[in-house]
Amino acid sequence: MTYDVVVDDKTHQVELIRGEKSWLCKVDGQEVDVDAELTARDVLSVLVGGKAYEIKRERSLQGELHMVIGSARYAVDVRDPRSLRTRRAIAGTEAGPQKIKAPMPGKIVRILVAEKDEVKAGQGVIVMEAMKMQNEMKSPKDGRVQKILTAEGSAVNAGDTLAIIE
Amino acid sequence: MFKRVLIANRGEIAVRVIRACREMGIESVAVFSDVDRKALHVRKAGYAYHIGPATASESYLNVAKILDVAKRSGAEAIHPGYGFLSENAAFARACREAGIKFIGPSPESMEMMGSKTRARQNMKKAGVPFVPGSERGLDIDAATHLAEQIGYPIMLKAAAGGGGKGMRQVSSPEELHSAYEAARSEAQRAFGDNEVYIEKLIVNPRHVEMQIFGDEHGNVVYLGERECSVQRRHQKVLEESPSPIVDDDMRRRMGEIAVRVGKAANYYNAGTVEFLVDQERNFYFLEMNTRLQVEHPVTEFVTGLDLVHLQMHIASGEKLPFKQEDIQLRGHAIECRIYAEDPDNNFFPSPGMITRLISPSGPGIRRDSGMYEGWTVPLDYDPLLAKLVGYGENRDQAIHRLLRALYEYFVGGIKTNTSLFRRILKDPDFQAGNIDTGFLDRLLAKPNNETDERRPIIAALGAAIFASMDPKSTLPNGNDAGANNNGKGAVEPPVSNWKRTARAEPLRER
Repeated sequence: MTYDVVVDDKTHQVELIRGEKSWLCKVDGQEVDVDAELTARDVLSVLVGGKAYEIKRERSLQGELHMVIGSARYAVDVRDPRSLRTRRAIAGTEAGPQKIKAPMPGKIVRILVAEKDEVKAGQGVIVMEAMKMQNEMKSPKDGRVQKILTAEGSAVNAGDTLAIIE
Repeated sequence: MFKRVLIANRGEIAVRVIRACREMGIESVAVFSDVDRKALHVRKAGYAYHIGPATASESYLNVAKILDVAKRSGAEAIHPGYGFLSENAAFARACREAGIKFIGPSPESMEMMGSKTRARQNMKKAGVPFVPGSERGLDIDAATHLAEQIGYPIMLKAAAGGGGKGMRQVSSPEELHSAYEAARSEAQRAFGDNEVYIEKLIVNPRHVEMQIFGDEHGNVVYLGERECSVQRRHQKVLEESPSPIVDDDMRRRMGEIAVRVGKAANYYNAGTVEFLVDQERNFYFLEMNTRLQVEHPVTEFVTGLDLVHLQMHIASGEKLPFKQEDIQLRGHAIECRIYAEDPDNNFFPSPGMITRLISPSGPGIRRDSGMYEGWTVPLDYDPLLAKLVGYGENRDQAIHRLLRALYEYFVGGIKTNTSLFRRILKDPDFQAGNIDTGFLDRLLAKPNNETDERRPIIAALGAAIFASMDPKSTLPNGNDAGANNNGKGAVEPPVSNWKRTARAEPLRER
């Protein structure tokens, strides 16, 4: 997942790849090792290279999204460029890119295709293990693998996008 | 001792008194208005009675309704807290006539101290030092004459006043006329009494007050001073005990005068004698507050006493359990008044729902709070949410404990003035004890140099992780109120736990 996050009028590109224990992150192209846990609703405990932060999320009265770290407050604006562009244009049709999402929390066992591969509708794309059962996640349509958003061995949450077929 | 006590108040002070009741084995009776059904004091109380609409005059200020609840609930005594009816002599008298003990001084003492000009006349007889000025309300001619005599700048004050209402500073004879009229009409509006008197203005004074306590057998003691110079618009923001400028000798002199004030008024129960202190450390009687003060916890820390317990004992007729020489001050305590107001927007009130509350604790920290997570701060009352008090073996440690606690404190959903306290506590003048009643205005006029270390990268990272964990956002934004987000990494909301328990209960019984 890649997000454009505007903080203090500056845009940072944050790339997140969920690893087994931590997140592989790139901020503005620079790799950072991040361990993040949600400890309560809107309260995130984040370890960045061993340094601990508690990040609180709040929606201001004006509807702005705020991050509070210690006593400092940041107004942020999060954009997911890909999903915004795509979802709005061609929601629900088979013509546009389609996401393959994890139906429940689990672990990615195997990835059966590579990016840019041609796939047929119903072809297996990703094998996921959940509740001690392996499940093949199939392509929803004929097309091409635009992006793989997970890696073998990754733990995923319900609803995580695993791959995009265009 | 009483079996059942009614608390004629709301917010943190009602909670504080209810706690004392529980500690003493007294049943507490809370009262609440329409908008306070879910308030914390109702949750903590032993009994709770609805007394009317949000408007204070129809609920918390309504003597008839409160006395009616006292009778219906079988309360033997009423604790008025501070504000509302606490300094209303007519209420104290009505309690007496209804055979209910008012936990505070006699209505006669309150009446004597309630009018500032009358207090002045009585105290002058007792040899209490005063700022030069008039002893009673003046017409404009007499005011002009007296102002010339004592010299400008002067203050105009409402005789029936308090809380900064009806007060005007006058620096020159040209300003006097319009300021006089303004003070009179403000006093009329606020107190229904337009009597205005004059005082010489002490330049850069400190506000230091002495806690006294009397029993109903003629004993009065003083329990040390509180420095309350950090004020905004004549409202206290931060208080501490002891004062950085009061030494043992000054404390003894000030305390003895405060006791004299109390004895002159036949005073019993908790009271506070306020003084102005000039730059030469001369002090002048300002007024007496005939109730428990908001800032009483700092005195409790340094004396080791529980003033509310003491109030209950005194009101039930007991003698003071100690003598003046038994009172030893130890350590240093500072209180911050946490308000629902926005320090970045001219302290505009910020009511609303508290969506997230992370409260500090740990060594030397006391929090007297009337809020909880999920509670909506009503628009109708004073915006005081909580008092955060730091205690240390010395002033420096108390300051740093408070700074640490403020770092831990997080009130989400509404704006609070916590950042203001960080600024005050880090200020070099404050840390050196160089404060007077103009300190905060000067600090706020300066550009805010208290810049937090900015970590925009971490904020961006946090925002992205939040977004990835649940794209729909678990924030209570709109009607879904954050509940039942599809379990994507977010902690389940309390309702689910409740449901789970509800489902588990029948299974266990089977």
